[in-house]
Amino acid sequence: MTALDARPGEAANLLLRGVSVLDPVAGIDASHDVVIRDGRIAELAAPGAAPEDGLEVVEGEGLHAFPAFFDPHVHLRVPGQEHKEDMETGTRAAAAGGYCGILAMANTVPPVSTAADVEALRERARREASIPVGFLATVTCDMEGGELTEMAELRDAGAVGFSDDGLPIRSARVLRRALQYQRLCGGTIALHEEDTELSGDGVMHEGPVSAALGLAGIPSVSESTTIARDAALAGYEGSRIHVQHLSAAESVAVVRAAKEAGVAITCEATPHHLCLTDEEVRSLDAVRFKMNPPLRGEEDRAALLEGLREGTIDCIATDHAPHHEDEKEVPFEGAAMGVTGLEAAFAALHTYLVLPGVLDLGLVVERLAGGAEPFGIERPSLAPGGEANVVLCDLDAEWIVGEDGYESRARNCWCAGHTLRGRVLTTVAAGRVAYRLRSFSMGVA
Amino acid sequence: MRDLLAIEDLDRAQIEAVLDRAESFAEVGRRDIKKVPTLRGRTIVTLFFEASTRTSSSFELAAKRLSADVVSVKAAGSSVDKGESLKDTVATLSAYDPAAIVIRHPHAGAAKLVSRWTEAAVVNAGDGKHEHPSQALLDVYTLRRRLGDLDGRRIWIVGDVLHSRVARSNLVAFRELGAEVTVAGPPTLIPRGIEQLGCDVAYDLEGLAEADVVYALRMQRERMSETFVPSLREYAAHFQIDGRRLGPRQLLMHPGPVNRGVELSGEVIDSSRSLIAEQVASGLVVRMAILYEILAGSERPEPVGDGDGGSEQPTPIGQPA
Repeated sequence: MTALDARPGEAANLLLRGVSVLDPVAGIDASHDVVIRDGRIAELAAPGAAPEDGLEVVEGEGLHAFPAFFDPHVHLRVPGQEHKEDMETGTRAAAAGGYCGILAMANTVPPVSTAADVEALRERARREASIPVGFLATVTCDMEGGELTEMAELRDAGAVGFSDDGLPIRSARVLRRALQYQRLCGGTIALHEEDTELSGDGVMHEGPVSAALGLAGIPSVSESTTIARDAALAGYEGSRIHVQHLSAAESVAVVRAAKEAGVAITCEATPHHLCLTDEEVRSLDAVRFKMNPPLRGEEDRAALLEGLREGTIDCIATDHAPHHEDEKEVPFEGAAMGVTGLEAAFAALHTYLVLPGVLDLGLVVERLAGGAEPFGIERPSLAPGGEANVVLCDLDAEWIVGEDGYESRARNCWCAGHTLRGRVLTTVAAGRVAYRLRSFSMGVA
Repeated sequence: MRDLLAIEDLDRAQIEAVLDRAESFAEVGRRDIKKVPTLRGRTIVTLFFEASTRTSSSFELAAKRLSADVVSVKAAGSSVDKGESLKDTVATLSAYDPAAIVIRHPHAGAAKLVSRWTEAAVVNAGDGKHEHPSQALLDVYTLRRRLGDLDGRRIWIVGDVLHSRVARSNLVAFRELGAEVTVAGPPTLIPRGIEQLGCDVAYDLEGLAEADVVYALRMQRERMSETFVPSLREYAAHFQIDGRRLGPRQLLMHPGPVNRGVELSGEVIDSSRSLIAEQVASGLVVRMAILYEILAGSERPEPVGDGDGGSEQPTPIGQPA
């Protein structure tokens, strides 16, 4: 059984009165009284029908309840880079974004490459994490791309899966060995797909905008050719891979073809790749618009949206990548890659894709929780009987991202300063209240 | 105009205002005493994070001709060597309350960032491979003096467009002033999507005869080790501008420094068709005009006289700002 860890807390006893409940996977789309007792979904009753019965009552009229979200791609920067983020701030940011679970990447300093590393992180999560966290370990020792880590021992220590995220596994031979070894130890292998030979010293998408700015480009094929290689290897070995942060139209086509061919492949896309294009880079604002993979062209964005609709893209992952201001407030080429997104992901997707009618609300809600299953973790659900993982949202609330600061230690949010519609009011994660918006007062029975 | 960060930010009228101002400074340059007191008592900092001879020296001399106090900071040997961030360096230099900071930096957007961090006016003297606006302005100034205007002229920019901030700024400036631009070079050195800036693209010099102006770019030797071209020999065989390729009525330009025998043959560099020496001379007056426009221009009436009325001094020159 896969291990996620969080700080222990009091089990929630809540009554969300008359809230609009939407859980497309469980087939729920109606107003209900949501009864959460002892941290479990006890009942979905008719609006106004559930007795208060000692529960804390939240008037849910006009509000929405969804299964809380699951992010399979977060950089908590622990250990070693606590000036960017740490266990406490990172999980608080996730809770504020409506997440009930996240997977932390292993490209820390030093990387998570030994069982002792995983055990130490799990111990820390049990003290400091607001919501359950799972830890990936690196595929290769210290992400050097050479020797495999002790994958079986890492799994025994509780590693959810494996990833050298931040770097691709350049050697097909090494990746093939890891895929073979997965038969022994299990654990999905998550892949940052990039041909670094093609990316070179690129800092943004290669296209008309990079030509106009004189910035070295990262071509789309840097990603898609590597996915094609790795999908072929996974198919050949019968192994399970998860492709991280898809950005290019060619990549969507490659994953689609691999799925049709029966490869055990899943993939994710980020809110920033779904909402923005490389046009943003004209501002030369590295704080918000420099990340890897880079923001790509409009046709790429359209392909990602189509991939999401048709199911080629299984989930939305933030690739939350906190950095210190000193690493970001420098000229473009010199700035660190990565943006944060946990706290605003839902609101941004709601504002830029749901409200204009590009994507259905149900699809966004489903895909925001879709990051669990590719790693063998149970999908958050509102079906009665299960552990309560619930996010309560006000879809009409407007707020300005970053105006009141961030729960995250970092400020490099891709939609900083944007006025968004849709706000997370409360997050229940693993049966306990993990987050309440300060200005949202809960009525007490 | 508060700063000069990119040609992209300027409209035709703003470009022409700088060129007109430069004409008036050309007149000053013909006097025995070439210095005017316009910026007396004001400080100009030049901050160069990359090697430069002509740009740094011409900005320094331009500032001195305008009677400004000049502080020149080079990255090598400065606190930058000791790991100071750009933001901290700018904060330190801003404490001297400079009127302007002239900055060259190896990364795109540096000048724009600096303009956010300082009260001083900021002049971009080259940011990465992005823009080099003062070069573009001196080039259009040089061309305008020779041709009258650029409307409908055909200009070919030849060589390593991919790594050239000069190519980008000049392409935009030439187009803004009405010229038609073709970029030509080996396909490995022409950036994908460049045609969306409104130029034609050629991968050989077959059509070069149509050009009124041939603007050759510097071919950097290190590009060979990065396999952009197989050899300088092959590059020269296909793209060197020589006496055979350059027609008698075509003008030749180059931003310098020239690799003789690579992008240009010796005979064309020294021919009457070459504007290379004029470009260098223009650099001084155009950079005086740039500093003037951003530091004194908006408060000043337009200069009278068109530059050829020898005795008639433009009004703003000779008076402290």
